[in-house]
Amino acid sequence: MAAVLALTAVGLSLVFGVMRVVNVAHGEFFMLGAVLAWFVTYYLPLPPAFAWLAALIIAPLIVAGIAALADVLVLKRLHHDPEATIVATIGLLYMLQQAALTFYGPDARPVAAPFEWRIQLPWFGYSGYKLFVVLAAGLILWGVWAFMTRTKAGLVMRATQVDRDIARSFGINVDRVYAGTFAFGAALAAMAAVLIVPIQQAHYLMGHDPLLLSFIVVIIGGLGSLRGTLIAALVIGLSDGIISMFFSPTLAKIIATLLVALVLVFRPQGLFGAKA
Amino acid sequence: MLQINGLTAGYGPVTILRDLSFQAAAGQVTCIMGRNGAGKSTLMKAIMGLVPAQSGQIALLGQPLHRLPAHKVPLQGVAYVPQGRRLFGPLTVGENIDVGLLARNGGAKTRNFVLDLFPRLRERLDQTASTLSGGEQQMLAIARALCLEPKVLLLDEPTEGLQPSMIALIRDTVLKLRETGLATVLVEQRVESVLRMADQVAFMAHGRVEAQVSVTDLRPDSTLFRQFVGV
Repeated sequence: MAAVLALTAVGLSLVFGVMRVVNVAHGEFFMLGAVLAWFVTYYLPLPPAFAWLAALIIAPLIVAGIAALADVLVLKRLHHDPEATIVATIGLLYMLQQAALTFYGPDARPVAAPFEWRIQLPWFGYSGYKLFVVLAAGLILWGVWAFMTRTKAGLVMRATQVDRDIARSFGINVDRVYAGTFAFGAALAAMAAVLIVPIQQAHYLMGHDPLLLSFIVVIIGGLGSLRGTLIAALVIGLSDGIISMFFSPTLAKIIATLLVALVLVFRPQGLFGAKA
Repeated sequence: MLQINGLTAGYGPVTILRDLSFQAAAGQVTCIMGRNGAGKSTLMKAIMGLVPAQSGQIALLGQPLHRLPAHKVPLQGVAYVPQGRRLFGPLTVGENIDVGLLARNGGAKTRNFVLDLFPRLRERLDQTASTLSGGEQQMLAIARALCLEPKVLLLDEPTEGLQPSMIALIRDTVLKLRETGLATVLVEQRVESVLRMADQVAFMAHGRVEAQVSVTDLRPDSTLFRQFVGV
């Protein structure tokens, strides 16, 4: 849960950090990833492992394409204005949700896990796939970190994040960077969904929880801070799981929301965010 | 080299530059002087395409710049050192220089040129840019701009807020760059600096260049300084 949440939240945080866009439709990109994973695994005549692997590649690519298109057709026309894009992404949320309802339907549908393997210890057993999800999410997050810190594209994104006008003065096509960042953030959410969908099932309303938790994570960690997002995702993901299991999921959400309120009151920039 | 004719530009409905004409030649330092609000910084931004031209022309070696999107202007050979430096603060010195090198795929030669020009930066390549002193930040801002291998360098108040030794260093650098044939356009408020560095001085008021004269026609007590700068 924490690992997948970290992936989703990093996508949201990247989009806000670089573009200053609060993407309310981020959860729907997660949902689209899961729904597309169902389509791919259902229609591709491949063994479950290969079909799932295909979904892990195809779903994020399609979602990234949709996100890039949304940026070019909607957000760019609003000049990426922070307030206007909130309203626009709310509209996008409903469009994507209703499109999923129309073409996919209201039912929750399972996606087969790529492998069935259980770690059997003397006192309890644990799903091998869940362990794989943690490792895969960790690997993807390391990839994101390496991309941001060690590649030219990452450098361009970080420079644009700091000052988009000056970035333009150094030949950086900011519109292209924004479209790429929006697509990248959406692809991360879709990847997270493909990883989790064999555990959760795909449903057209499944984007709400990841969106809420991602917002909680990026607010606590500090909007735009990769390190803060990862640490907050670990804390929120683990506490959500533990409190949900031993008490109730509602209590877990109440505590997380309370934590957000405390952070907003005492450290509005988040635990690891820089002051505006 | 850089020719501006009848330029009108501003922010949305607010017009700042009105029918402005100006030129800067290769191998010369052209200083722009004027009171606060005269439009000096807006002129710099308009040349870079950051403030859209409503009418008029900006051309570099005959090639129009005013129709280009902002990110294509530096590729034509114009580099900009903005007022207040505006470095990529959280990035390291090395990364700031790398951003400068990206646009023209500049390599080790350009990198070495700028680091030889400011050896202090070479010692601080891994240091975060925002932690540099004011003078070092200015060096980095100029070094980053020079990575674009420009034909025209725009400097907006590069000595603002610096200690005298740093002002002297920036001044020497500008003069050194002039010898390479670079056209330098410099917004400067210090009469002494202008008289030492400039070949041409353009005086701005109310969004126009009201006079552009050779520095040889000016003295510290010239009426133009009193009229347009108030000193």
